[in-house]
Amino acid sequence: MNAPDSREGAAVRARRRQGMLLASPGALYLLIFFVAPLALISVYSFATRTSTGRTSLSGWNIESYRAIGDDIIVGIIARSAWLATLTTVLCLAVGYPFAYYIATRPRHVRAILLVLVMIPFWTNGLVRVFAIRFLLGSNGPASALSESLGFGTFRILFTPTAVTIGMVYSFLTLMVLPLYVALERMDWSLTEAARDLYASGARAFWRVTLPLTRSGIVAGCVLVFVPSFGSYVVPDILGGAKTLLIGSYIARQFRDARNWPLGASLSVLLIVAMLIAVAFNQRSGSGAEDADGPRARGRRRHRDGAEAKAEAS
Amino acid sequence: MTTTTSAALRRHPRRRRLILMAAMLGIAGLLAAACGDDEADAPAEATATTAAPAEEPATTAAPAEEMTGAAACGPGETDGDLAFYNWAEYIDEELLAAFEAETGINVDYTTYESNEEMLTKVESGAAIYDLVVPSDYMVDTMRRDDLLLELNYDAIPNSANISSDFANPPFDPEHKYHVAYQWGTTGIGLSYEVLDLLGGESTWAVIFDAETAAMVPGGISMLDDAPETVSAALKYLGYSINEVITDQNEAAIQEAGDLLRATNDRLLKYDSVTFGDDLVNGEVDVAHGWSGGFALSIDEADAYETHVYTIPAEGGVRWVDTMAIPHNADNVCSAHAMINFLTDAENGAALTNWTFYGSPNAAATPFIDSEILEDPGIYPPPEVDARLEFIPHSGDLALMIQDMHSRAKS
Repeated sequence: MNAPDSREGAAVRARRRQGMLLASPGALYLLIFFVAPLALISVYSFATRTSTGRTSLSGWNIESYRAIGDDIIVGIIARSAWLATLTTVLCLAVGYPFAYYIATRPRHVRAILLVLVMIPFWTNGLVRVFAIRFLLGSNGPASALSESLGFGTFRILFTPTAVTIGMVYSFLTLMVLPLYVALERMDWSLTEAARDLYASGARAFWRVTLPLTRSGIVAGCVLVFVPSFGSYVVPDILGGAKTLLIGSYIARQFRDARNWPLGASLSVLLIVAMLIAVAFNQRSGSGAEDADGPRARGRRRHRDGAEAKAEAS
Repeated sequence: MTTTTSAALRRHPRRRRLILMAAMLGIAGLLAAACGDDEADAPAEATATTAAPAEEPATTAAPAEEMTGAAACGPGETDGDLAFYNWAEYIDEELLAAFEAETGINVDYTTYESNEEMLTKVESGAAIYDLVVPSDYMVDTMRRDDLLLELNYDAIPNSANISSDFANPPFDPEHKYHVAYQWGTTGIGLSYEVLDLLGGESTWAVIFDAETAAMVPGGISMLDDAPETVSAALKYLGYSINEVITDQNEAAIQEAGDLLRATNDRLLKYDSVTFGDDLVNGEVDVAHGWSGGFALSIDEADAYETHVYTIPAEGGVRWVDTMAIPHNADNVCSAHAMINFLTDAENGAALTNWTFYGSPNAAATPFIDSEILEDPGIYPPPEVDARLEFIPHSGDLALMIQDMHSRAKS
């Protein structure tokens, strides 16, 4: 009993070493390009801005954090959060039926549809935003169409509507893909079972499909919410930079105002908020596994059985 | 990155066309279902090392006593390859090739899109440059922080070509650190239709006065640049920008900020990039912007009959970009040689003929295209010129000015 045990232990250790070796480039990369800048940002957030705009690293203080309570910044954060929420909800409303449609097509059609979803995602984001700007412009095709239909030219560019359209378009892929994955791997026989047991279509969807794809919904929402909260290219280009959002405001602190401490403290705030969102995702994600219901439990039971068997041997 | 850099593309209209072209390409790409166009994300400082003569070290061998820096250089003397850091699209690269041919050294030419971007690089020492092109207020900031070397004007005999108008710059009172490169103004571009409504005289009221602005049939845009919007508001309110800054008149800046806030909803957008094109395309009828941007858009669209750039009756802003040597430059003599080269009469004219901005070089005038010289938008007549002011280094007020611009948008 002893010998195979230690042999197995050595194998586990070897596998672990191998894993660490394989992970080290990635870990090193994250350390240099994520952890170090993050640490730097945190340090700068406690520094002082001199009158010429230099960042003085003496005389640590929390002035820049105190400034966050300023009405202008609170307003900016609230507006950004509202826009991000709106974007997320709209993406979900548009993305869910879309992903559902794709996931229920035959395999070869699915592949084509997925590629079509991905293509804009491969195109440079800035180029896509400029394309929308062209489409929505008062000299653009959308306006020409409405004019030829007798509705007159419309002015939608540089309004909050244009910003919302642009945001939803920019982040829709991030919503559709996780939803598609969740829907695609779903066991449709469970919906069929629900229907067999006289559940209406809506009820079957509400009680079976939706809970089974909850992990996809949460992942999609986090993936959309996080970047749209900090987004500044879309609001600036499509909104005419008339309403400040947190992303633009931070960029402005580093670039124009040269108030690095304030920009840094706002960045820290944003990162903390995002970490909370991701942690929420993780928890809901594991919770969703339970909600995966019979199938997941079945899988777990099966796995437990296998482990028990391995232990027994 | 691009359009959002407010101050960035301000004086550099050609850059804007690159962006629009990229956007058009993108649309074509979308339609053709093609993929991947990463051009627009390319690093801002595209290194454009121009073709170099192979035998360079022979002619470059610098005298040994060059170590004391600026003071030791003779006219045209070089001491190694020149690291030239300039605004994007701000020089005809043939001039660089001509300099290389003349001196036998290489020019390592890189570009930036805002004063602040350049400042950050020089300040941090992340890269070493021999020659940079800061704007007026940035010369002030940099010299105050000891980031610039004193120039040796003996090594720049052509600096005598610079017009006496540029002899007493407020941003460098002793005139020790810079030689003027190009200059321009900030005012209003509008359609003649709107100008007629104003009774033929341009005024800031067309933006800041609710009733006057209501007459404008189309949109109004302003620069997305705090010092510029605050200065425009101060001018409308009848203040001298310099006096407000000198007197640390916070009340006046607050007043300007309140005005900007009241104006925000009336604007179609803030834009420092496509203001000229949007004006000639009819997207806006009134645009706050920089002289050269309008000059180029009007010239390209041949919109001389319909649109015009004006300095409002209340006055406008004047700015000048300059050549200066960072404190940590390696090849100080080469930098002096380049400054001398670019202040030569014909070379100075070549700069302006390419950028559509004014030349500070008095001797260059005979070589500048007449369409540029005769454009009152580029070279304002004396009575208009008298209404122009530099935006001074604002020191402690800088943050307040930025804050006013931000508050206007909330």
